[in-house]
Amino acid sequence: MASSHAKIRRYAPWTPYLFMAPFLVIFVTFVAVPAGLGLWMSLHDWDFMLENRPFVGLQNYLDLFDPASATFEMFWNGMRATGIFTVASVPLLVSVPLGLAVLLNRRFAGRTFFRAVFFMPYVLGVAVVGLLFRFILDPNIGIVNGLTGWSIPWITAQPWAWISLVLMTVWWTLGFNTIIYLAGLQDIPSELYDAAKVDGASGWQQFRHVTLPGLRTVMIFVVTITVLASANMFGQSDLVTGGGPGDSTRTALMVFLQEGLGAFRMGNAAAMSYLLAVFLGIISIINVLAMREKRRPRWRS
Amino acid sequence: MAVLTRPEQEAPTPAPAAGRPPRSLVRSAVFWTFLLVLTLVFVGPIVWMLLTSIKTNPEATSVPPTILPEDPTGAAYDGLMRLDGSYPVLRWFLNSLLAATLHMLLVLAVASPAAYALARLQFKLRGLFFVVIVSTLFVPGFVFLLPNYIIIDKLGWLDTIWALVVPGAAGAFGVFFLRQFFAMLPGELEEAALIDGANQWQIFTRVVLPNSKPALATLAVLSFLTNWNDFIWPIYVLFSPERLTLPAGLRLLQGAYTTDYPVIMAGAFVASVPVLVLFLFTQRYVIEGVSRSGLKG
Repeated sequence: MASSHAKIRRYAPWTPYLFMAPFLVIFVTFVAVPAGLGLWMSLHDWDFMLENRPFVGLQNYLDLFDPASATFEMFWNGMRATGIFTVASVPLLVSVPLGLAVLLNRRFAGRTFFRAVFFMPYVLGVAVVGLLFRFILDPNIGIVNGLTGWSIPWITAQPWAWISLVLMTVWWTLGFNTIIYLAGLQDIPSELYDAAKVDGASGWQQFRHVTLPGLRTVMIFVVTITVLASANMFGQSDLVTGGGPGDSTRTALMVFLQEGLGAFRMGNAAAMSYLLAVFLGIISIINVLAMREKRRPRWRS
Repeated sequence: MAVLTRPEQEAPTPAPAAGRPPRSLVRSAVFWTFLLVLTLVFVGPIVWMLLTSIKTNPEATSVPPTILPEDPTGAAYDGLMRLDGSYPVLRWFLNSLLAATLHMLLVLAVASPAAYALARLQFKLRGLFFVVIVSTLFVPGFVFLLPNYIIIDKLGWLDTIWALVVPGAAGAFGVFFLRQFFAMLPGELEEAALIDGANQWQIFTRVVLPNSKPALATLAVLSFLTNWNDFIWPIYVLFSPERLTLPAGLRLLQGAYTTDYPVIMAGAFVASVPVLVLFLFTQRYVIEGVSRSGLKG
């Protein structure tokens, strides 16, 4: 296709740039400039309310590693909360949708219907999901304790608060990963399953040696975006637990939004967000490297 | 031992990908029970939201709970469906509708020509643009929040609808998604148009766009949903009660009506109806769009 283009290319050299221009204007304004501005802010004592914003070098970053600084405790408490949430939710959001996708990948009446049902919560916003689960999980009048007769403090004590936030997130977003896995499953050639069956492979063996290797790339993608999404956690804590009990579910995002847009100490907040972004970058790279080495599909090796 | 393991081996474990219905009756019963229980888990909370919104507050908070409302009432909605006051849910609904619609149109208008250039035209910076745009898909969104707040402030857009409509259109997903689709269109169509003397703009608007309706519809629905549901950004860039979107407003509502659950659930239900209806009618496009997003991995 590209070669046929070249043969009959009849447009001015600047035509492609005109097509790109509207997007580029918005992209530069709201992605490229902010990326640079964030870095600039993080290197200054940048207070939204003050005119004087002196250059402080890496001080905002160093403060985050200095136990004596004002930001240290609050920042690492937030990082800890985001870390706990990520470590607890990512394995569930990678494995449960995989099982569900394998289940839904069979041919049966109503397959499309169930696929839509499991995806449905995802189209609701976090505001709706947060309000809904705040009510459902209320320790006194919520339906979960009401129907079961338990008196579990779902929102007001740990580890229940984490269990609630993780499970409601699984309920909310599981459909997204399921759909991605389903697309991946359809790309695995069915001859591989036939061959495995001829070799006498059990269902589990087929899953282990055909399905899993075939989904390797898809799984790297799913893990990467799920880690990113978990690190962005904000709404669930904000609406359901309010960051509590204590500050235990106050996530990193809540911390630096409060520091940046609540207290307007944007230099500190920008440094926090860049540090978390760097952590996430490192985790993504480790994840890609770790998963690339293992589980090479048999038909490709 | 052999006798014990034999049925296991013989049982035709359904192949994960090859489409064959589960054969044994027990297996089939377990399969359907499991699916139905899961369906209840997924649909139940949404139904519960609706049922609670038409109860009286004493009934909604009674222990043990009643499932169906004994005396259905629209009282919770009466107080919310207004355009003024401290909690004008109807106004928030209209704000959300307008913002999400404008955002969707803007995304289509800027992403489609850019995707066309990246997919079908030759130019020097094409590779660079593509790599830079796609790489931002993997940058966590929170790094842009604070600097964008400052940019919106400098533009004078704080507490206006433009803060909701424009910044999100810089997202790389739309361009990437459409580029992949445009690149797969057969080249013959545009060659015929070129021979007829069409210029690039005519090829784009009369050949490529009309042949890309499913992709455009998918992108339209996904951008609408994303904008409708956005939570963090609106709660920081909007201040006036009459300018809020539904998610930002619901947060306010929860703070004010802490224990009036029918009112809170009514607000949440109002915010859910449009997206649930939209999903009902466009689920093919939504699911298609999400599936495609995985193929970039």
